[in-house]
Amino acid sequence: MTSFATFLAMGGYGGYVWPAYGLTLLAFAGMLVWTMATLKARRREEQGLSAAGRSRRGRREAK
Amino acid sequence: MTTARIPLLHRYANPAAFGRLAAQILPWTAGASAILLGLGLYFGLFASPPDYQQGESVRIMYVHVPAAIMSEVVYGLMAAAAAAGIIWKHALADLFVKAAAPLGAAFTFICLAAGSLWGKPMWGAWWVWDARLTSELVLFFLYLGYLALVDAFDDPQRGLKAGAILVLVGVVDLPIIKFSVDWWNTLHQPASLMTLSGPKVDPSMLLPLMLMIGGFTTFFITVVLMRLESELLARRIRAWRTAAGDE
Amino acid sequence: MNAALALFLHDLRLQLRHGTDLIAPLAFFVLATLMVPLGVGPEPNLLARLAPGMLWITALLATLLALDRLFQRDFEDGTLDLLALSPLPLELAVLAKVAAHWVTTGLPLLIIAPVLGVMLHLDTGSYVTLEISLLLGTPVLSMIGAFGAAVTLGARRGGALLALLVLPLYVPILIFATSAIGAAGEGLSPRPHLLLLASVFAGGIVLVPFAAAAALRNALE
Repeated sequence: MTSFATFLAMGGYGGYVWPAYGLTLLAFAGMLVWTMATLKARRREEQGLSAAGRSRRGRREAK
Repeated sequence: MTTARIPLLHRYANPAAFGRLAAQILPWTAGASAILLGLGLYFGLFASPPDYQQGESVRIMYVHVPAAIMSEVVYGLMAAAAAAGIIWKHALADLFVKAAAPLGAAFTFICLAAGSLWGKPMWGAWWVWDARLTSELVLFFLYLGYLALVDAFDDPQRGLKAGAILVLVGVVDLPIIKFSVDWWNTLHQPASLMTLSGPKVDPSMLLPLMLMIGGFTTFFITVVLMRLESELLARRIRAWRTAAGDE
Repeated sequence: MNAALALFLHDLRLQLRHGTDLIAPLAFFVLATLMVPLGVGPEPNLLARLAPGMLWITALLATLLALDRLFQRDFEDGTLDLLALSPLPLELAVLAKVAAHWVTTGLPLLIIAPVLGVMLHLDTGSYVTLEISLLLGTPVLSMIGAFGAAVTLGARRGGALLALLVLPLYVPILIFATSAIGAAGEGLSPRPHLLLLASVFAGGIVLVPFAAAAALRNALE
């Protein structure tokens, strides 16, 4: 238990080390989540638009 | 129907084709990133010694230095891609610049924040105008400038091209900026002994540093590939919308 | 070459015709400099230390002020299209326009700067270096600013964007110029700093027109 507390304290520098790593983690997570969310949304949108486009073309050619 | 072979790179301007290629590469880069970052964190925070002078605060170096390296490497890659886009006019090149930019900006931000957190216990101030931090700050604004410019045009293609030219001017200016900041720094702080990379990098510190650099790099590759597919899709979506509007 | 000279004179005449356009950047330069003692107090030693930096920073901002309209009018009325199609290389056209712009913006700064230096208690040994630094530096400011104006042509929020793009690129000029003036004030030789400034001038005047012309072509497509 005390060794974990010592680990957290980081020789007195804990207040600097952990926020530094925390911010880094946040930035990485942010980049990842934002990218994946946008990618998913765009994939869905593109599939919807291309399906609509193909059906429209089919209807046109059928005329 | 001709059986002309589509040039390799042009094939991948198609988001579906690019997506398939990315899907083959991504598991490897993502996996490598997770392993390298995990090991790097273990060694950096746990299984490496504190510094003789700086104590445990030296562990901040394991995020500050890789972030600094990535911030500059990414800008260099952006410049190379911008040049390729102008010379070979390949769609992927300009889109790579746009895909990589937010990531480079994020790395620059991490470098500045970690540097500030490292500097406070070392130098007693949340911000010091040392050469490295000041150059990074200017680089941050070079990134912000690109991000603002590329989205400021109604025609996205025009924005991409303007951005590419800006990045090329920026990359030529960057060494000049860094030199001038160094110049300025030595004039005003002749007694500056402390640099943020610490006095010497002990071999036991080299391992976590290399692991983190590798982790940051593979993370960048993973995310930039995803962003590239995302940009290709955005372009395709705009094309569909325009076609639908024409009918 | 004759065509470039003709363009230079034509632009110059146009700018001089609207005399009031010239006043704003100059007035800004003077006013902003006068803000300094109002902001930091009139103590002569403090002002003397701030003088090189403050004079140059306000010169920087004054140049930015005047850049917005460099290509805008020609872009809107189609003159820029004609320039791009004319036998005169667009790079030279850019150089000619920037030269005309400098005569109406940078040159007045050069002339009024010593007066402002007196008001800021600039070290007596620094005046010559101040003028040389402005002579070498303001054309580069105009040139890089022109690149900024070209690359933001047709963009939304062009004005604020221009400042964001151009100020980081101005950093080396600011540093070399102010360190030269500072050195002269302390009795040291400003030569190394001025030589660096001169090389930035040489490189900038030759290379930046190409980037600006490329940006203009992009805006005209």
